[in-house]
Amino acid sequence: MENLIGLLVAVPLLGAALLLCGGRRLDGKGHYIGTVLAASSFAIGAVLFADMLGRGEHDRALHSHVFSWIPVGGFHADVAFQLDQLSMTFVLLITGVGTLIHVYSIGYMEHDERRRRFFGYLNLFLAAMLLLVLADNYLLLYVGWEGVGLASYLLIGFWQHKPSAATAAKKAFIVNRVGDVGLSIAIMLMFTTFGSFAFAPVLAEADRAGEGKLTAIGLMLLLAACGKSAQVPLQSWLGDAMEGPTPVSALIHAATMVTAGVYLITRSGAIFNAAPDAQAAVVTVGAVTLLFGAIVGCAKDDIKKALAGSTMSQIGYMILAAGLGPIGYVFAIMHLVTHGFFKAGLFLGAGSVMHSMNDEVDMRKYGGLRKYMPITFITFGLGYLAIIGFPGLSGFWSKDKIIEAAFAKGGTEGWILGGAALLGAAITAYYMTRVMLMTFFGEKRWVADENGNEPHPHESPGSMTFPMIVLAFGSVFAGGLFSLNDAFVKWLEPVTGHSHGDSPLSAAAVTGGTMVVLVIGVGLAWAQYGRRPVPRTAPRGSLLTRAARRDLLQDDFNHVALVQPGQYLTRGLVYVDHKLVDGVVNGTAASVGGLSGRLRKLQNGYARTYAVSMFGGTAVLIAATLLMRAV
Amino acid sequence: MNPVYYLYLAALLFTIGAAGVLIRRNAIILFMCVELMLNACNLAFVAFSRLHGNLDGQIIAFFTMVVAAAEVVVGLAIIVTVFRSRHSASVDDASLMKL
Repeated sequence: MENLIGLLVAVPLLGAALLLCGGRRLDGKGHYIGTVLAASSFAIGAVLFADMLGRGEHDRALHSHVFSWIPVGGFHADVAFQLDQLSMTFVLLITGVGTLIHVYSIGYMEHDERRRRFFGYLNLFLAAMLLLVLADNYLLLYVGWEGVGLASYLLIGFWQHKPSAATAAKKAFIVNRVGDVGLSIAIMLMFTTFGSFAFAPVLAEADRAGEGKLTAIGLMLLLAACGKSAQVPLQSWLGDAMEGPTPVSALIHAATMVTAGVYLITRSGAIFNAAPDAQAAVVTVGAVTLLFGAIVGCAKDDIKKALAGSTMSQIGYMILAAGLGPIGYVFAIMHLVTHGFFKAGLFLGAGSVMHSMNDEVDMRKYGGLRKYMPITFITFGLGYLAIIGFPGLSGFWSKDKIIEAAFAKGGTEGWILGGAALLGAAITAYYMTRVMLMTFFGEKRWVADENGNEPHPHESPGSMTFPMIVLAFGSVFAGGLFSLNDAFVKWLEPVTGHSHGDSPLSAAAVTGGTMVVLVIGVGLAWAQYGRRPVPRTAPRGSLLTRAARRDLLQDDFNHVALVQPGQYLTRGLVYVDHKLVDGVVNGTAASVGGLSGRLRKLQNGYARTYAVSMFGGTAVLIAATLLMRAV
Repeated sequence: MNPVYYLYLAALLFTIGAAGVLIRRNAIILFMCVELMLNACNLAFVAFSRLHGNLDGQIIAFFTMVVAAAEVVVGLAIIVTVFRSRHSASVDDASLMKL
């Protein structure tokens, strides 16, 4: 069984190598190869899952040492895998959703002549993401972490002939580098503190290290998580990342890669548990982001960007839960999985809509699509109900638990966090209802473009609707299934630990409150977008709307606070370089040149002058020798 | 006779030779002055040989003579060639080797 773990990573990696190095002769069947390999990886995952279920609760973790990567004296870096319940959850999510999205992409990318390469990148992503969640030490995790960053960069910029896509890819890459610096510093700190960076020794000895050290490590891990999971203050790349093909947005920028930060924090739980200051920072980031993303999502007319804001906000929920400590880890991962289902489903639905609307993304030019694409409408609708937390659907079970856990934090902090989570739920209901109403309800608002091409909305082919249907099932039933007998809590408890906080509110009160804000949010959205016709051009909007359309001025802030000082610094350095450094260099050269010009005149060609210098030189030498003798 | 006087004579001859090299322009005269300097050295060597009571200086004097003979052969050949092309034996006229 242990050997299968390595195979899990190797299969998609093989796919990437085949598809990226195979050349044009694989063009016709590349997508099948990619999909079959992704599916085989899922099958291996399922086998391992069945095997794991067969073993006792505390002896489920598997360990597989592949080879010694960097053995130098006392320093050991191994390529070794660890498969426990937490990793297993991720493996099934990544390979499962990944396979579905491979299937979807066959239809979605049908007319793209670089489809083989696209599948190669997708397989590369799967391999890197699996490496990230299966690594048994932070250094190998870092390899996977960078690998998914690379895959994300390649896929965002997949249509690199569009300048906006190329820029978005670079932006995502650079913002992620900021976070990665955090991870590398955290790993270095771990090595100096614990003498190792394998999970087992670091996490076992975490509480023996000083709190200051742990806080530093925790904050650096949080920085890493902020970068990868698009949390405030490193959130700005996610909206632009929607320039990539929609399946990429669904797989990487909604279901899996962006949740790597949540995995990192949950995995490092022992460190955070012993560092309350770092935990406070985590919950703050989570709470701020969940509101930030939700507000941005309310104002966007671009369907994918609205969903991106929503992703940011939902991951904010997960980070918030992970920051709560053992009360929240399980629910963070549970929300992560249910979110993986419904958000991937929503993105695929959005892709299906775009596919039939000539790649139009502006929701103001949709309207009334439910008649034309019923399957997309139903699957998207189920995803919508799941994300707003409609009772009984997946989002209800997982999000409710997070809100409850936030209140259970206790004290003023608990009230603030719980209140923020509750407010976030209201805004979620608002913006998702808005997306739903603008896309599928109301009058049709699309017209012919300047070339006279009027979109003819139609249902997408089976390869695209099938994954949407499967994900819709997940969005409906996953949450309930996980909550049956607290199955998910019992499943993850041996890894993450679990404790019940003492909530000032009863579970029923929280659920009631959630329902109330849900109705308010939906009602507000209906009053604005359902009752009245939606204007084809966006109204000017209030100050907040305009700010939210500009992503709450995040880019402006980055520009003023980071880019401009950087530019001034570089300009200053260029000035110093030109004037001072070049001045010294050129000055030296000029003075040597001038001096040699003068010295050159001594070479006048007269033999007698040379003879004088010879005699003079000899005389000086003799005089000096005599003088030295005398002294 | 005191060998030291020979040293004085050698120094005098050397100085005359050196002055001639520096002052005169005719290549033939210059050449003779160089020979004068070489012979002054030879004289000094031989005098030293006498002073110290060994033969080292005398042997070196022979070497110097051989070298001087070789030098004369080459030098005179150059002077003759220069004279043929320029019709002058003045060293100042041959001052093209400069930057």
